[in-house]
Order: sequence, then C-alpha cells, then structure tokens
Amino acid sequence: MYRSLFPRDLFAEVDRLQRELQQSFDTVSPSIRGFARGYPALNVGSTPKSVEVYAFAPGIDPARIEINLERGVLTIEGERARTLPADDGKATAHINERFEGRFRRVLSLPDDIDPAAVNASYRDGVLHISVQRRESAQPRRIEVQ
Amino acid sequence: MSNQAVTQTPEQASPSRDDAALLPPVDVIEDATGITLYADLPGVPKDRLNVRVEGETLLIDADLVLAVPQDMQASHAEVQRTHYRRAFTLSRELDPDKVSAELSQGVLRLRIPKAEHAQPRRINVQVA
Repeated sequence: MYRSLFPRDLFAEVDRLQRELQQSFDTVSPSIRGFARGYPALNVGSTPKSVEVYAFAPGIDPARIEINLERGVLTIEGERARTLPADDGKATAHINERFEGRFRRVLSLPDDIDPAAVNASYRDGVLHISVQRRESAQPRRIEVQ
Repeated sequence: MSNQAVTQTPEQASPSRDDAALLPPVDVIEDATGITLYADLPGVPKDRLNVRVEGETLLIDADLVLAVPQDMQASHAEVQRTHYRRAFTLSRELDPDKVSAELSQGVLRLRIPKAEHAQPRRINVQVA
C-alpha cells in the first residue's frame, strides 16, 4: 500500500486509517466462505419477493460471464482481459492494482428461492442478479372468517 | 448502514469531500507519448463521473449509483460506500490540457499526453 514519505497532516492520516479499519470491519454478516474480498466484490440484499445480488465486475464482456445456480448455490465465473501492455520494452506499468485473469465467486442463497426465476443484467460494470422467491414461501395474510 | 451502496437513495449520492470514499484500483502505463490510466469504477454512470486537473493534481471523483428495490434489506455488503475518489500528482512534462477520458462498463480510461517540448533551436554565434 502506498504511504507518503512526507505526511503533510498527521490527523488526516489517522482519520484515513480509521476509515479504512471501519470499512473492513462493518460488514453485515460473515458467511461460511469468509470475508472474501475477491473480484468481483459482492453486495447481497433481500426483499420479501426476491434476493438481489450485485457483483461489481467492471470491464467484462457480459457474454462471457457464466452464472450458475445449483441447489441454492449461485456461482459467478468469468475472465477479465489484460489491459497491461506486452512486455516489449516500449511501455512501463507504474501501478498495477486492477484484477486480471479468471475469477469465481460462490454464494449460497436462501432455501425459498425459485431457480427458474432468475434475471441477470449488466450495466456500468455492475452485474445485477435478481432471484425471485417462490410464491408459496411469500408471507400471506390470512383472513379470519 | 445509511450510506451503503445497497441502500442508497439519490439524495445520499453526493457526500461532501470529507466523507469516506472508495479507493478505486488503477493501472498506470507510460509509453513514449504519454500516460494511460485505467480505473475501476463499477456502478458509475457517465454523468456522475468528475475528472479534473487542479494545478498539478489529477482528481477522480465519482458516484456509485445502483438501482435497488425500495424495500430491500442489505444482508451482505463488501462495497459499503457510494463515492469513489483518488488523486494523482502529475509531473511537469505531462500536458494537463489534453487529458482525454472515456468510461465504458465501469472502467475509466484516461490518456494524458506528454507536452510537446520546445523544439531545439540552433543559436547562431555572431562573429564580431
């Protein structure tokens, strides 16, 4: 990680550290697969009718993303092309932080989802997968006769 | 939780400069005619991206915008901020007026050409 040799403002540095720490700890809930910080980053949310998965996967050909749902386990797989130049001596890479190569992320979904009702869209580098919950599992109001 | 990417509302999308921001990963490549910078900015539409040069500093500011169902509750969030920010100091031989930017599928590509140096001039020595 980059660290300035000449920190101009100590308090700003402390502030930044504090933010970074907070950012890494206030994840909502740990999963059995750990706090994976892989590529793509995942955000998951749920509504009464669906489970919404957002994969932050910029710079990918949507046709080459493979999404599988098997026994309630969602797998997102793909490959991100290299943007760095060939090592021919004509160009120099000064910073190389972006992910390249194959990726795979696995996520277990709740039991009440409907594997037949999955929608995936890709926009601005975010893959949005929406999985509907089964009709029978949705809360129903029971009328008292 | 209020500023998480998954619970965002449009009103929260422009935090002040002091708020915590995501640090986008970048690649910086230099060749003979200039520098190319790639930055990962997933979820940023073109109109919410702000690239500018202030003095010798190149600033990238962007807002993450997600269309999230209103009644959604976040259950797991690895991206918890809605603002990207990163700054770089340009060196003198780069031409800040000719920076070009394109944003495609969440990847920003910046091209910063090197300034055309003053052409070498031959100075005639006058013989007295």
